[in-house]
Amino acid sequence: MVAKNPVRKTVLWSLLAGVTMFGFAMFVMPPLYDVFCEITGLGGKTGGRYAAEQPEVDQERVVKVQFVTTNNSAMPWEFRPLTDAVRVHPGESHKVEFYARNGTERDMVAQAIPSVTPANAAQYLQKTQCFCFDQQPLKAGAEANMPVVFFIDPALPPSVNTVTLSYTLFDVTDRQSAAVTARN
Amino acid sequence: MAHGPAKGIGRWLRATNHKDIGTMYLWFSFAMFLLGGAFAMVIRAELFEPGMQIIKPEFFNQMTTMHGLIMVFGAIMPVFVGLANWMIPMMIGAPDMALPRLNNLSFWILPFGFSLLAATLFMPGGGPNFGWTFYAPLSTTYAPPTVNFFIFGIHIIGASSIMGSINIIATILNLRAPGMTLMKMPMFAWTWLITAFLLIAVMPVLAGAVTMMLMDINFGTSFFNAAGGGDPVLFQHVFWFFGHPEVYIIIIPAFGVMSAIIPTFSRKPLFGYSSMVYATAAIAFLSFIVWAHHMFTVGMPLAGELYFMYATMLIAVPTGVKVFNWITTMFRGAITYETPMLFAVAFVILFTIGGFTGLMLAIAPADIQYQDSYFVVAHFHYVMVAGALFSSTAAVYYWIPKWTGRMYNETMGKVHFWVSFVAFNVTFFPQHFLGLAGMPRRYADYSLQFADWNMVSSIGAFAYGASQLLFLYNVIATIVAGRKISDPKVWEGAEGLEWTVPTPAPHHTFSTPPAIK
Amino acid sequence: MVSKAKQLVRGGIGALALLPWLHAAAAEPAARPESWNLLNMPKGVTSVSQNVYDIHMVVIWICVWIGVAVFGVMFYSMFAHRKSRGHKPANFHESTKVELAWTIIPALILIVMAFPATTSLKHLYDTSEADLDVKITGYQWKWKYDYLGKDVSFISELATSQASIYGSAPKTEFYLEEVTEPLVIPVGKKVRLLMTGADVIHSWWVPELAVKRDAIPGFVNETWARVDKPGIYRGRCAELCGKDHAFMPIVVNAVPEEEFNAWLAKKQSETVALRALTEKTFTQDELMAKGEAVYGRTCAGCHGAAGEGVPGVFPAIKGSKIALGPVADHLAIVVNGKSGTAMQAFGAQLSEVDLAAAITYQRNAWGNKSVDNIVQPVDVFKVKNGQ
Repeated sequence: MVAKNPVRKTVLWSLLAGVTMFGFAMFVMPPLYDVFCEITGLGGKTGGRYAAEQPEVDQERVVKVQFVTTNNSAMPWEFRPLTDAVRVHPGESHKVEFYARNGTERDMVAQAIPSVTPANAAQYLQKTQCFCFDQQPLKAGAEANMPVVFFIDPALPPSVNTVTLSYTLFDVTDRQSAAVTARN
Repeated sequence: MAHGPAKGIGRWLRATNHKDIGTMYLWFSFAMFLLGGAFAMVIRAELFEPGMQIIKPEFFNQMTTMHGLIMVFGAIMPVFVGLANWMIPMMIGAPDMALPRLNNLSFWILPFGFSLLAATLFMPGGGPNFGWTFYAPLSTTYAPPTVNFFIFGIHIIGASSIMGSINIIATILNLRAPGMTLMKMPMFAWTWLITAFLLIAVMPVLAGAVTMMLMDINFGTSFFNAAGGGDPVLFQHVFWFFGHPEVYIIIIPAFGVMSAIIPTFSRKPLFGYSSMVYATAAIAFLSFIVWAHHMFTVGMPLAGELYFMYATMLIAVPTGVKVFNWITTMFRGAITYETPMLFAVAFVILFTIGGFTGLMLAIAPADIQYQDSYFVVAHFHYVMVAGALFSSTAAVYYWIPKWTGRMYNETMGKVHFWVSFVAFNVTFFPQHFLGLAGMPRRYADYSLQFADWNMVSSIGAFAYGASQLLFLYNVIATIVAGRKISDPKVWEGAEGLEWTVPTPAPHHTFSTPPAIK
Repeated sequence: MVSKAKQLVRGGIGALALLPWLHAAAAEPAARPESWNLLNMPKGVTSVSQNVYDIHMVVIWICVWIGVAVFGVMFYSMFAHRKSRGHKPANFHESTKVELAWTIIPALILIVMAFPATTSLKHLYDTSEADLDVKITGYQWKWKYDYLGKDVSFISELATSQASIYGSAPKTEFYLEEVTEPLVIPVGKKVRLLMTGADVIHSWWVPELAVKRDAIPGFVNETWARVDKPGIYRGRCAELCGKDHAFMPIVVNAVPEEEFNAWLAKKQSETVALRALTEKTFTQDELMAKGEAVYGRTCAGCHGAAGEGVPGVFPAIKGSKIALGPVADHLAIVVNGKSGTAMQAFGAQLSEVDLAAAITYQRNAWGNKSVDNIVQPVDVFKVKNGQ
């Protein structure tokens, strides 16, 4: 009889539309946005661990890669790059290190969040190794040098000659959710 | 013969009659309008001159937030639902709304939701203070402890809107009198049909946004928290995916009201009915693909900025069509200027000015300077106050004789109009200057070069606030002691089914469907 | 709860009582002389800002002319086609030709507007080949500037006093537009500005540079400015960032290149000198005097000018357990902050001297009397370096 009552039919369709839109907002938009960001470099998001074969080195071109760090306001660690900037040929792998020290009297866990600017360079900065892929625990008073190995994809748009790789360090000691899939 | 309404409070608590529910919506939204207006008075009083005189900055932020939330969700949206309840069944020849009991529920959860929201002001930590756009992480990690009540309040309000829209869609699609085809419906019914679809599409998105906030705050997820791999900018995308259609939800029914009033007092049929319908539908469609023009400064890639700029500029085309149609409706008519028409004419002028500044805001490079400044505040008050609010005021004056069987006091109505019109412009036009000169919005205090225009704006705001009390008085005086009238066709040039039923409209209309020519 | 209600009532009464003539007597000479004339966007001092200004004016004039045409027709019929003048209504209600025309013509006008807008946007996005990189970090409620690769970094916050804001001291010319230390940049050089946020989203806006970019926690954004004319340019935070959103101004000082280089060298040597000061032992009076200033700038925003806090939001310091308890706990919370609250890790923001002074002040002011009432910079240094 459901289909016979036109009012009920309209209501059911409307409800279905509403529920679908709620599901869309909750479960489709966030992952869709992440995919979209990764493809377009929106928000300076970089891809995850680069696993494919490395491209050929472009000896002609030199790109400056800058490293900057920011502590989230509640993060007391000392955190800085050991190299301010490097000049690289696209396709060439480089290793740089970041220094971190937990000066507090408690053991802490940190998560570094990378971001690249300009946005149209984000997808061309490829990391084969990075401390940002994992959470970084440091005991009270401990220090560490944390490495990043990266290369610039030779497909980087010709207009870009400086790329900035930024890490923001967050305190995640109290976040029990180790299951969080960090966007790296 | 139909029976009359029940007696006493039970009539309202258990109301299923569309006219009773419409009345309750109208009074509720008027109460919220006065509350939100009181908050605006506090804001303008604090901004009367530089320095903090009356309140503290944290309370100022609660005032701006609550003013926005209450005006958008408590005053403007319910007033149009109230008008829809009263008028749509009469306009399409239906005996009542399709789902009377749902109608009752969707109204009665509203006061509950808003009480919850307003109560947060008195709780430790204060009410929501993160702006009506509640951007994360200010509204998540850094929110006051009352944020959970805010989220619950938004859920309730959203549920009410969705139920209301389902009801309107079901009514319009199923209960039209025989012969009342869709393309014969009055524009008001059309605009509401389109609005209801928008509501069903985007209120759940708002619910999704606040649910994600709730989970981030209480259950350790990281939708909007960069520390856990989330993204605060995602919040803005989700919010504006709701928020941009939302502003059209507010303005589209106002278009419908205009399309009823202007022909009546021009004594000439609405020009370009079908292009009006298509233009409204086009505006509704475009509203889904332009949201990121609210985010030109977040650092989108160039291609994104260009796309959202072009798409936004497109909106000017169908909006222009609507304005041109209203003006052509007036052209070569026989115009009289009763209060509803005065408000309608002011709507066309001021809404068009708001449209021009909207076009300016669409130009992404220039928006770098406008974004989050008082220029934006001026822009959206031109479309929200002079647009939505003026049109609902016009609607009340236009239909109150039909609702009550009594005529409002025309002189008082005209005074109300002229004070509102002048005060509105005194309040909001200088805000364009303030924004262009560099004053950001949501500022509790400002540097000295902004002092003069802020004072002008505050004086205008006090006058505007006061003139609304005159409106309240006029409405009550009409209901209690207005001149009695009985002509079904209250206005000489009025067309449509609602003007064929007796005045005042009986408790039940169209128990048998009317004949449509 | 009571105070909230009081504030609501006060706000309401204030709104009613604030009639202009009543208030004029109490008002100070507030407005600046140019105040009435500030009607339009500044042309600014960068190529981007000139560009933006030109587009802005073009669009305004297009809107004005469309407005004149449309409202002209409207006002004409509002006047001529009144019933009281005996005008009889026509009955036309559609015309495909006219309707097509007013769909197509606006669309063409829009296309004309889109060209300069696109060019200008591309220019604005061209951050390549910068001469200097400055990273700007937004904090609640101040800015931090890092000159990348130059070893210069400092915090810039509001210099206007709370007394001036709350009316017990006069408002000076640059009320709410003065900072402890401006951003200094060289004239004629392309400066790349990298923005990020340390807590919530802020937005760095200087109208005369036509720079407005959001500073988002966890993300870095970039834009640029090449200032053509030396001068001081003032701006503000444009994205609601909490309580003191209106109290974190921006001042940019554009100076000729030689002057900039001299300033940079001076800043670099100051940094070294400040490190040396860490070893010095100060008297209580010295610390209290310095501490009062630091407290007023950095702490009073939340904890109140008299350490009273904001009930339910920001704890009081007057009589608090932390200010009266062991020094170690007090140092720890100030230096390291408290996760999940607005209490930042000030160790990364303030020098050892400033931190020692502020803590000493908190332990002695407003009747606070704690056992270990003096904190020296070296104590702070030890905490910061885990000794």
